[in-house]
Parts: sequence; C-alpha cells; structure tokens
Amino acid sequence: MSRKIIIDPVTRIEGHGKVTIHLDDNNQVIDAKLHVVEFRGFEKFIQGHPYWEAPMLLQRICGICFVSHHLCGAKALDDMIGAGYSTGVSMLPTPEKMRRLAHYMQQLQSHVTAYFYLIVPEMLFGMDAPPEQRNVLGLVEANPELVKRVVALRKWGQEGIKAVLGKRMHGINSIPGGVNQNLSIAARDRLLKGEDGLISIDDVIEYAQDGLKLFYEFHEKNRQQVDSFAEVPALNMSLVGDDGNVDYYHGKMRVVDKNKEIVTELDYHDYLDHFSEATEEWSYMKFPFLKALGREAGSVRVGPLARVNVTKAYSDDTPLAKAALEHFHDYTQGKANDKTLHTNWARSIEILHSAELIKVLLNDPDLQKEPLIITPPKSAWTGEGIGVVEAPRGTLLHHYRANEEGNITFANLVVATTQNNTVMNRSIRSVAESYLGGKAEITEGMLNAIEVSIRAYDPCLSCATHAMGQMPLVLSVFNAKGELVNEFVR
Amino acid sequence: MTKCNKNEIFSHELPTTPIDPETQAKRDAKIQVAMIGFCGCWGCTLSFLDMDEALIALLDKVNITRSSITDTKRIPGRMALGFIEGGIANSENIAVLEEYRENCDVLISVGACAIWGGVPAMRNVIPLEECFREAYIDSETAVPDAKKTIPFHEDIPTITTKVMPLHEVVKIDYFIPGCPPDGATILKVLDDLINGREFDLPSAMNRYD
Repeated sequence: MSRKIIIDPVTRIEGHGKVTIHLDDNNQVIDAKLHVVEFRGFEKFIQGHPYWEAPMLLQRICGICFVSHHLCGAKALDDMIGAGYSTGVSMLPTPEKMRRLAHYMQQLQSHVTAYFYLIVPEMLFGMDAPPEQRNVLGLVEANPELVKRVVALRKWGQEGIKAVLGKRMHGINSIPGGVNQNLSIAARDRLLKGEDGLISIDDVIEYAQDGLKLFYEFHEKNRQQVDSFAEVPALNMSLVGDDGNVDYYHGKMRVVDKNKEIVTELDYHDYLDHFSEATEEWSYMKFPFLKALGREAGSVRVGPLARVNVTKAYSDDTPLAKAALEHFHDYTQGKANDKTLHTNWARSIEILHSAELIKVLLNDPDLQKEPLIITPPKSAWTGEGIGVVEAPRGTLLHHYRANEEGNITFANLVVATTQNNTVMNRSIRSVAESYLGGKAEITEGMLNAIEVSIRAYDPCLSCATHAMGQMPLVLSVFNAKGELVNEFVR
Repeated sequence: MTKCNKNEIFSHELPTTPIDPETQAKRDAKIQVAMIGFCGCWGCTLSFLDMDEALIALLDKVNITRSSITDTKRIPGRMALGFIEGGIANSENIAVLEEYRENCDVLISVGACAIWGGVPAMRNVIPLEECFREAYIDSETAVPDAKKTIPFHEDIPTITTKVMPLHEVVKIDYFIPGCPPDGATILKVLDDLINGREFDLPSAMNRYD
C-alpha cells in the first residue's frame, strides 16, 4: 500500500514548515518535499511608505536576523540617497564599523541560539531519543552547566546588539548615509570587561569554543553517520572581500564549484542579470537559481557551509577560528564540502570567528569617533538601491526603488533561506531514501532524521515568507474579479 | 491539519523512544505551558529566551510541551498557560489557535502581531489580487517564459484575506504589548501567573515599540 508520511509542523526551526514523503507499494521514496506553509507580505505593502521607513519595518521580517535586514535596507538607502557603493561612495570608517559590530554581535547570538537551543540536542541525545528530551528542557536536565554558559554567551551577544541599536531586537542604528550613534567608552568597557551581569570578551571567546568541542566529540563518536548524512551537491555562494574570503558586511557575490573554482562572481547591483526565481504550487517559498546554468545546476547553497567552502583562510587577527577553518578544509582535502551535517561544524567555527572579530572591533578607537554620517546634496538622489549582506543563514538581498517624493515604489527581497530551498529539498530526499527507503516499519526517530537535515540549514521560514500574495481563503473573491485570476489557476 | 486519508501517517503518531518515567513524573508535577508562533517574526519567542538566567530558574517550575523549540507537535493534555505570538494569516493558524483555546486555561497574546496583527497586517489595506501578482506574476526575478504559477496545493494552507489579531478568533485572557516585549516584561507576567498573583503589568513595562 502506498503511503504519505507527514511531518507537521517541522519543529526547532524559525517559522512554519511541513514535510511530506510519498512511499510506493514497495516502500520506496517517490517524492519528498519541504512545504513552506505561511507567508506574510512585505514587498507590496512597503510601497507608498517613505524610503527611510524600510530598514525599520523590514527588519520585522525576522526576530533572529533583524540586524541583517536592517543593514541590508540601510545599504540600499545609502545607494538611494547617493551615498552608497552604487555611486562610488564608501562608508565613513565609524559608521561602517558600528554596522559591522552590530552584525557580528547578531551572528554570534543567532548562531548560538540556533546551534545550542535547536541543533545540539541530537548531538547529546541522538536522533531517535525521546522527543520530549530533544530540546532545551532536556539540556537543562542533562547538563545545566553547559546551558548556563550558553545563556551567558547569548546574553552577551544580545547586550552587544542593544549597545549599538538601543534594543535587543528591532532597534535602530543605521540611517541613510551612516549611523545615529557611536559606541560610548562605558558601553565598550562593559562588553570588554564583562561588567553588570555580563561575561568578559575573553570569556566569550572561551565559551565560543564550546560549540566546536561538542561537534568534535559528536563527530568522533559518529563519524560514519555524520559524514554520509545528506551529502548533496550544490554550488556555494558567499560575499567575499578583495582577498576572496568571506566578508559578512560587504563585497562581491562569489559562487564556487566542488573544486572551489569560481563559477561566477558578480557585483550584487547586477543580480537581476544573474538570478531568476521559480515558483512551485506546493510551497510559498520560491526557488532562486543562476540563469546561465539553469535551475538544476544553478541552484546555490548559502550560509555557514557555503561560506567556509568559499573562504580560503581567515585573517591572522582571528587565530583560533583560522586554525579551526584550516582543520575543516583539511578534512575534505581542499574540495568543497557537501556534507549537510558539517554545516553545524561550520556554524560552530563561525561562532568563534564572530567572537574574535568582535574583540578586534571593540578595541578599535574608530568606534568612538565622528563623523557618523554622509549627507549628499539632494541632486545626488538616485531613487534606487540594493543592499546585500551575509546574514547568519547566508546571502541576503534587499532592492528598493522610490519616487522623487521619497516614497517606495518597488521592493524585492531575496533571502538566504530561499536561496537554500533547492538544496534543502535535496537533503530531505537524500535522508528519506537512506532512512525510510524499503522499510515497512517507520518510527518517529527516523522522521526526526529528516528534520535534522532541515535544521542543519537553520532555515528561517519567517524570512522566507516575506513575499506576498496568495490564493485567498475565499476563492470566489478571485472569481468575482474576473478572467485575470483564471489565467493563473490550474 | 485534518486527517482524512487512511494512507496518511503523521510523524507524531508513530512509535517513539519513551522518556524515562522519573523525568516525566518530575515534569508532570510542574505548571504546563504550551507556546506557538503564528504570523510574526519569531521575535517574541526569542524574547522568551531573553529572560536569560531567569529562564533556567523558571524551568524549575514550568514544563514546556508543544512549542516551536520542542518536538511535541500536538498539545498533549490540559495546559495552564498558552503563550502565543503572531497574528492569524492562514487557515491552519485558525484551526491551531482554536486547539490552543480548547486546551489552555489561560491564553496570552504576546507582542504586536498577536495583539493587533502588527506589521504583517499592513497588507490588509491591499487587495489580495495585487499582492498575488506582485509576488508571483510580475516579479522581476520571475522565470521568463515559464508557466505562471501561484502556490495552491493540498499540502499548504490557504491564506486569509486579512491578517487578524488573536482575539478576533478566540477569547484571549491577557495581552503583553511590545515589538517585541522584552525578556523582563515576559518574566514579570509569567512569574506573577505561575505564582498565583494577578496579571499586573506596570505602565513602565507597557510599551509598544
């Protein structure tokens, strides 16, 4: 008898998703899909609003990577007022460093949240552990000391964000052309020395290595499983600086293949020439791909695994992360790594990388300097801007246009989780085939393995559902409006 | 949501590895809480984690059952509290919210989206058809010459014409405003409720940004 297996909802991820797997009479996998079941609407309803509202409103796309959305919007507005990279203007040192500080703080807290609160339970308890245990409650019961360190680390990252943006979430720092404040000595010292309920930056760097240690122990015990689990092909994409290594705030978009050869590299202002997005009836999330290669070959992976695949080496001022990355690269003899569970290895390296980058920045006296903003003449107004950053989950793009009154007329957002749509579906299919294929008896733990492959991407299905528009609850609304609708419906 | 085909098997209905009875007994003795996020940004759930050290202490008294940070996919019994972020934006949200109302003694709307729809409700002033064209038909990244497709499938819920606050669908007992409310505010409310005190949010904590 053919069967349809349903995971609803996928848990321990941000946002709403569901998985369906179709098995034939012989229990072979016919189909396996990740469905994004929600969606909101930002590209349309932002239209008509003043351009400067965009970074404030659009950060509400996501509560975990709002700094990335805020900065992407800010970079787009820099372009729009004639103070951005599209007009050949570079950001002043203090505002650029303030933006970077917020971004690295967010990467620290976002990765810590995803890694320890959502992903680590399987590493400690196993994929088929009791579902009631595979979560933060189980962690507290099993290892309260670890949880205390995680809480202290996450708190530090959140307080760092607050020092820059004024709130732990959805604050304001970036404005068109710069930032609205620099970092006071008191705020800096609290973060460096660990005053007032915080740990010190040196403790942060020490605690930040917990993730890596956990991964190494888990890998040592489960090497075969970790290395063969959902090994799926994809190109790897990241923003890179002039040295060809990841730059989380600014750079060119670079795509590399399995041999780490550059497939394409582009100025993100030209993204429309390079990317298309396909739509399927069974998910609200689109499927972006490189036009030149087509959908099958041209889908990219983004996020921690893609970034460490693209990057050759971290700089000498982040020595612990640099050494960890060398070890990572050695493991696959210099080839790009397609092992889905190694994304968690990459994520734990990036936790350490952000901690070390933050230490360097906090000691930079530019954070206390001025000026904070470039104010170009009104004649410099371009009315269009594009911003791209490396969000914790991967390459994030915002593109806006505004009219001469300064009201937004167009917005397009291509988020990291959407870029990963195809490779996530490949991972689900791979795990479904190896865990369920040919088996008559299916357990909950086998299906949790499928969720484990999804969690490795740390997908933010809240981010991925920004696009708007949908078949309405009441179909007759469309029918009443005429033929136009019928044109689109099956 | 609804199970209508006998060939359909939900993962949470399959055999699981049982939890150690002693651990379960300890959890059963605590105050039972279910959480969920509907149409929002997950930020209020993160604010829940922003209780920091106090969260660890809270977990001495509270057991979290169904939530987005645990793998319990249906409410397993009678709950003292339901903690809900996000507004109502699709057919599934409505059904799940009703399930929460039915099984929770007290329901709390947490954050701007749950309380009045929040930023996602900004779409309420735009006809759906226009939104629909913008996303899938007129998008500048749409695949040229491809068949125009709008997501519509038995495996995904339909979207409501308007984004609604929770209390337009079911009765809500308490409201914690903020976008998001911070960890201290959430702690104040939960600490009062689990210790049998009245809901009492001081005006200093009653903020809306």
